[in-house]
Amino acid sequence: MGFKNYCFKKSLWVFHFGGASCNNCDIEILDCLTPRHDLERFGILLVGSIRHADVLLVNGSINTRDKERLIEVYNQAPKPILVVAIGACGCTGGYFTESYTFAGPVDKIIPVNAYVPGCPPKPEAIIAGIIKLVQNS
Amino acid sequence: MDSELTIEKFKEEFKSDILEIRVKNQKRMIITVNPDSIVNVAEYLYRIAGFRFIIASALHTKRGFEIHYHFSKDISGLILNVHVVLDRSNPQIASLSNMFNASNWIEREMHELLGINFLNHPNQEKLISEGNWAEGVYPLRKEFK
Amino acid sequence: MSKKTLIPIGPYHPLQEEPELFKLYCDGEIVKDIKWETGYNHRGIEKLSESKTYEQIFFLVERICGICSNSHPFAFANAVEEIADIEITNRAKYIRSIIGELERLHSHLLWVGLAGHFLGYNTVFMWAWKYREPVLDLFEMISGNRNSYAMFRVGGVRRDIEAIKIPAIHKVLDDIKKKTDLLTGAIMDDPVIHARTKGVGILTKQDIIDYGAVGPTARASGVAIDVRKDDPYAAYPLVNWKVITAESGDVFAKAEVRLLEMYESISIIEQCLDGLNKEKEGDITIKVKEIPEGIGNGRAEAPRGEVFHFVQSDGSSSPVRHKIRAPSYVNIATFKKSCIGQTIADATISLAAVDPCYCCTERMAVAYDINSGERIMNANELINESAKKTNEIKNTFNSQI
Repeated sequence: MGFKNYCFKKSLWVFHFGGASCNNCDIEILDCLTPRHDLERFGILLVGSIRHADVLLVNGSINTRDKERLIEVYNQAPKPILVVAIGACGCTGGYFTESYTFAGPVDKIIPVNAYVPGCPPKPEAIIAGIIKLVQNS
Repeated sequence: MDSELTIEKFKEEFKSDILEIRVKNQKRMIITVNPDSIVNVAEYLYRIAGFRFIIASALHTKRGFEIHYHFSKDISGLILNVHVVLDRSNPQIASLSNMFNASNWIEREMHELLGINFLNHPNQEKLISEGNWAEGVYPLRKEFK
Repeated sequence: MSKKTLIPIGPYHPLQEEPELFKLYCDGEIVKDIKWETGYNHRGIEKLSESKTYEQIFFLVERICGICSNSHPFAFANAVEEIADIEITNRAKYIRSIIGELERLHSHLLWVGLAGHFLGYNTVFMWAWKYREPVLDLFEMISGNRNSYAMFRVGGVRRDIEAIKIPAIHKVLDDIKKKTDLLTGAIMDDPVIHARTKGVGILTKQDIIDYGAVGPTARASGVAIDVRKDDPYAAYPLVNWKVITAESGDVFAKAEVRLLEMYESISIIEQCLDGLNKEKEGDITIKVKEIPEGIGNGRAEAPRGEVFHFVQSDGSSSPVRHKIRAPSYVNIATFKKSCIGQTIADATISLAAVDPCYCCTERMAVAYDINSGERIMNANELINESAKKTNEIKNTFNSQI
């Protein structure tokens, strides 16, 4: 086991970045933390600052204004960091690809480790995505 | 009925400014007025007739720039569209934001998206475009042959 | 001269899930001015809409906002059906209203949870979100998806609610009624919540009229506007219900209006389910050949207030102009009235009280730029500030007993 894997073995702290999203993915991410799914039992915690995070969740299409902020947030993150693109918009741009403010899907802007497609993905899907990511990293 | 009454009163008040009246049914009306009279019309609707300002929709057509000011009379469910047509080369109209705050954001938005200038607006700075698109680009403008 | 402090709330913070930057200009603990930066969520939906056909736009407007992903299609359907002069079948009307009210239930529960979190009551947050899950399960049963239901189309709805599903819906509703009693009891009887929310973030009737605020925000200040009553659509004229209002206009009144509205929603759904039994199964849509030239103004009452859609058609398959006005667009502007003069700890709950939805507002998501010498407080600290005040009040109450 390398050092990187050792870092991600327990208690992943998650920071959530909502781009120009429709809120569905945001709500489903929050839903993962509430009693039905209760991610906190695995030590996964939503934190308020990227400087404390191990995982960066990005959802929503990224518009030109978000782009710089996303890069800035990524640069502030302690490395190594896992990036997960959530939802159809996070993965490809979804319905908003043709929009005049669209700045490219997440993987064109920062490196992405995992994709969770769906509009919106169910909380189960998000949990499954993160677990797969941890097992394979 | 109620909407007819409103029309009669409205006609009396603004005889010379009304260009066209289209009544679709009891609850939907479109009145085209002279752009210069928009402040007086809005003042009458808001202060005397008891209408609520919903929003304004601006569009770019072959006739130039058009704005529909949507007013609602909540007791009767009437939506009154006050319609104005603006000049194509230099679109400008008086702002309503000194009368009510409801129109403040939408006038800034129309300014950014279509480049319509609102005279006497308290604060016509950027609302949504900062970093999203360049100065002098108006995404909702169209090209006509 | 006292030094003014700038406190940014947002744009990326853990609570308000969406990006939006508020700058609170404070003198000591008192908020003196508030400014906001928007545009982080601008997606250009109005322009996109002009390149889609009427059937496709339903999927687009559904993705304006995930929480009210039914209200926008509702208003859009009303607008297009007004242009084409279509009267839909009664069964379709009932189904539309059922979906609309189920959505109000889950949205109000969500708000109660977030408001609890803002005040430092994380138990309320966890409870409310737990009780919200059965509603989402109902959506999954009816439409196949927890959010973004894709139920609407021009001339009716896409899916039927078969008789076999109705008992399950009744069962969930009975359950939610009990849980709502529990939540209402917990919030209405708690002296600490009274102390935190009464007299905080007051909006007067005149403010509401000036800013054109709508929905529960307006109704909590005694302005009884509700599109479902004023300009009836779908099955709302066919069922009995009343508009809930409160007089005081503070945060408590807004919570009260939302909690009591949930009972009305449950009652509307039950009546609509009874109505469904009388109509023929499968009779949910009528054929629409083309949308003629014309102008349509469609309105619908979303959980947050009136949604307004303006559609201009030239007779082709896509609209010439589609203007969307979401309720938060006018409600958020009222922060200027409700927050100035309050303490920082109270500002958070005042901001949350209108249930702001930025996705709707901008249809359109900052790190911030702070000059030296200005104190920065992040959102967590801000919520902690709010929770601290709650705890102080709690302790005072406890010591009195």
